[in-house]
Amino acid sequence: MNEKPVILIVDDDEDFIIQQQMCMTRAGYEVVTAGGRKEAEKAAGNGHIDCAVIDLMMEETDGGFVLAYHLKKNNPDLPVIMVTSVTGDTGLQFGPVGEGEKKWVKADVVLSKPIRFEQLEREIRRLLA
Amino acid sequence: MSDVTVKTLSVWVVDDEPGMCRGVVRTLEGYEESFTDPLVSVRYRVESMESGEELFERLAQCRPHILLLDGKLPGIDGMAVLERLHAGGFELVTIMITAYATLDKAVQTMKLGAYDFLAKPFTPDELRHAVRKAARTVVLSQKACELENERKKVRFNFLSILAHELKAPLNAIDGYVTMIKSRQAGENLADYDLMIDRIGIRTGGMRKLIADLLDLTCIEAGSRTRDLRTVDLVKIAGALAEQHRETSEARKLSISVHLAPSGSIYMEADTGEIETLLNNLLSNGIKYNRYGGSVTLTLSRSDSTVRIVCADTGIGMTEEESAKLFREFSRIKNDKTRGIEGSGLGLSIINRIVCLYHGKVVVTSVPGEGTTFTVELEDAGKASFQKGESS
Repeated sequence: MNEKPVILIVDDDEDFIIQQQMCMTRAGYEVVTAGGRKEAEKAAGNGHIDCAVIDLMMEETDGGFVLAYHLKKNNPDLPVIMVTSVTGDTGLQFGPVGEGEKKWVKADVVLSKPIRFEQLEREIRRLLA
Repeated sequence: MSDVTVKTLSVWVVDDEPGMCRGVVRTLEGYEESFTDPLVSVRYRVESMESGEELFERLAQCRPHILLLDGKLPGIDGMAVLERLHAGGFELVTIMITAYATLDKAVQTMKLGAYDFLAKPFTPDELRHAVRKAARTVVLSQKACELENERKKVRFNFLSILAHELKAPLNAIDGYVTMIKSRQAGENLADYDLMIDRIGIRTGGMRKLIADLLDLTCIEAGSRTRDLRTVDLVKIAGALAEQHRETSEARKLSISVHLAPSGSIYMEADTGEIETLLNNLLSNGIKYNRYGGSVTLTLSRSDSTVRIVCADTGIGMTEEESAKLFREFSRIKNDKTRGIEGSGLGLSIINRIVCLYHGKVVVTSVPGEGTTFTVELEDAGKASFQKGESS
């Protein structure tokens, strides 16, 4: 693959975006960012994306779910990584996503914040392989 | 009155005289009692038993709200039953029925935890009256229990959101520190500057959240002694506008304070509260504004009512967004508010202070044009105001 893989990062936390964008760019990815669901849908419609990293809780509490659902509907093969800090606070637990849950969550991987770039990148590489 | 809650309370009567049991059933079944505070209607479901032994067998399965207990029973005596209930921690609202109503006996039953006692023979009205009193106690304790549960839930929600709000900036700061430490930006110094600036911004945000939280809890708990004296609103507003000038000038924002003709508006109030209130209004007007916009603070007074109008030319809100505004930690999140730091507690604080002055807040807003907050406060020195205070 000689072209850079394009990663869409969606989060309403500006700093998460700044950090992941800096690291990803240095690691040789092309990064598209969005601060919310609508912006992300627009970005996804504008060009090719290889993988999406989505924060679960944006404007609405389930904004991430809705976005993941839409992205997967348009492109079932698009790898989606759901990122959340909700787990610890609400007691909601997402384990390794099973086949049944995948239908509902529409994400291939669910990661809990705080996330190290190395961890995120490992998942991206695995999904793109 | 369609919204009255109807509750069915179970009443058990334990008496070896079948006639007494039948009488109680006849008097209470189908009878409805209503209370005004809390607004509730009560019906009774009566079950009768002949002995203490039968009562304990039944208690192993469930418990009544109210127990009518004969003092003299075959087998285990009524007083012994009461004693055992007391020792077993059953805490039933028990009315003792006794044939020999001596003072000694009354004292003894009360000591054993009986709620009331009824001397034989009694009329249906006397029975209803005693049961009504007991029912009121049951209803009130149920209400207290509901309120306590509600309080626990609200507290839990507040703390979980707070934890989330504090964790987000910590994660961000932690991320930058790790990146700086591992020299993620290589030789690019500008990136390091950016990271350090962001750390500063997020730290500031946390500090503000903690300050707001303290303000809010102080007002709520009433722990701070209020120092009511005559204050000049115009002077306070002018000083605050001056403080905000620097941040606003950077964005070419103009802040102006308009006053009543006299140049001063006095009211009896706590300086700290008024400062916090005006400061929150002003900083909202500045934060959610556009480049080159303005914030206008207009102060006026008629009779005992002081009116503060804070109008900005900012981004405005939809009706749906305004409705959520006064909720704790509620922050309007859209592409225009992104990047604006805030604790989400500012308006909760405004609201609490306004309550202290028996006032009100009204918000009107047009998306893209601006938001106007109108606050009305009652002068704390007025007699009508003081009547409402517990002091």
